[in-house]
Amino acid sequence: MITKRIIPCLDVRDSRVVKGVNFEGLNDVSSPVELAAYYSENGADELVFYDITASYEQRALFTDILKQVAKTIFIPLTVGGGINDLSDFERVLSCGADKVSVNSGAIRNPQLVYEAAKRYGDQCVVLSADIKRVGGVFHVFAKGGREDTGMEAVEWIRRCVGSGAGEVVVNSIDTDGVKGGFDIGMLSAVLDAVSVPVIASGGAGCAEDFVTLFKTLPRISAGLAASVFHFKQVSIPELKKLLAENAIPARII
Amino acid sequence: MVAVIDYGVGNLFSLKSSFEILGSSACVTNDPEVIESSDRIVLPGVGAFGDAAKKLSDSGMARIVCEQAKKGKPILGICLGMQLLFETSYEYGCHSGLALIPGSVRPLKDIIDPALDIPHIGWNSLELKGSCPLFKYMHSGDFVYFVHSFYGAQCEEYVTAYTEYSVPVTAAVARDNIFGTQFHPEKSGNVGLNILKAFCEVKS
Repeated sequence: MITKRIIPCLDVRDSRVVKGVNFEGLNDVSSPVELAAYYSENGADELVFYDITASYEQRALFTDILKQVAKTIFIPLTVGGGINDLSDFERVLSCGADKVSVNSGAIRNPQLVYEAAKRYGDQCVVLSADIKRVGGVFHVFAKGGREDTGMEAVEWIRRCVGSGAGEVVVNSIDTDGVKGGFDIGMLSAVLDAVSVPVIASGGAGCAEDFVTLFKTLPRISAGLAASVFHFKQVSIPELKKLLAENAIPARII
Repeated sequence: MVAVIDYGVGNLFSLKSSFEILGSSACVTNDPEVIESSDRIVLPGVGAFGDAAKKLSDSGMARIVCEQAKKGKPILGICLGMQLLFETSYEYGCHSGLALIPGSVRPLKDIIDPALDIPHIGWNSLELKGSCPLFKYMHSGDFVYFVHSFYGAQCEEYVTAYTEYSVPVTAAVARDNIFGTQFHPEKSGNVGLNILKAFCEVKS
């Protein structure tokens, strides 16, 4: 039976994981390589790396890190941040990424999803959408959630899936950082519109929030979070156990 | 040495790294001499069948893989690489494969519960059938990572593992020295590494 995926997300800047982390048994808590190994050993089903650097030089450092991770970690790796054209796809795919997440790059150039899916396959292209309610309407935001594009989000997602996005990450700006649970209303609207796997992001504050997510929306494929894992508010082995106790299929290692 | 066939598709970096961590040397190559001198061959692949089959054929790799297969060299096709082992694919048209294993490739949407997502992405458990040497270090129920929208059909006789996605779906096939996995062993944690280890131990 297909299991629900639990995905920690690592924001990387200047070769370090951003957001303080504190793990016992890790010498260097902000080393992407060590943290990725830790999560993999603890049962993470996939890892997402966001490159939040700005300059070209730093981008090269990021791909070096990606290579180091892919040399030792054998679970799926998704990479996002700074993906603007096909050469960016090539750059990260040749360093061990399996999937590439596009966000602002697709907003600037809507052809990007289509071109990438055609060259690398639908399974390779993940659409990541930062969404916020504006006057009761779901709007897509660009530039890390700073800029309202004015576009209606569900229609945008439907269009990108039609162009070949094989997976969608829905990041609710409304619930992000609040730690009061995932944005069930927003996720439900997206699920109604597409038939590719949808990954929930933004709002996880405790393990029970994942149970509520998968119980309320059985079609959600995965739950993604950063700080609850980094700050050890949720341990992945305990979360997987809790899912199994609630009859939610989970990969327990 | 494991020759990982390079014909311009797939995450070859992880595949090469997974063999290296197992202590086997691996070479990503499209050099006929290197492939001929290798102990075993991996045929990777992601993306669309038609494009990949054309690249495989245009690069001359299709002919070499078939020659090596007939000589008895162990060959492992992964994901689209497994699908390429079959005779025919009905992914956007009708395309010929390498025909090393009887069977065809058909859309998952024709057989699964329409409420389920396509692609089939994520960790799913294996139901082993028979005693394939690739699975000697694992058990039925172990999880592996899948990502695909098409599946191996009309190949029941050669299926060595199924996975459940509302219906049983071909997860692995074998015929003599030819092996295929629909899932990605190089992305399936320790379970997957053990499958690659077992492949390295198959006698040529």
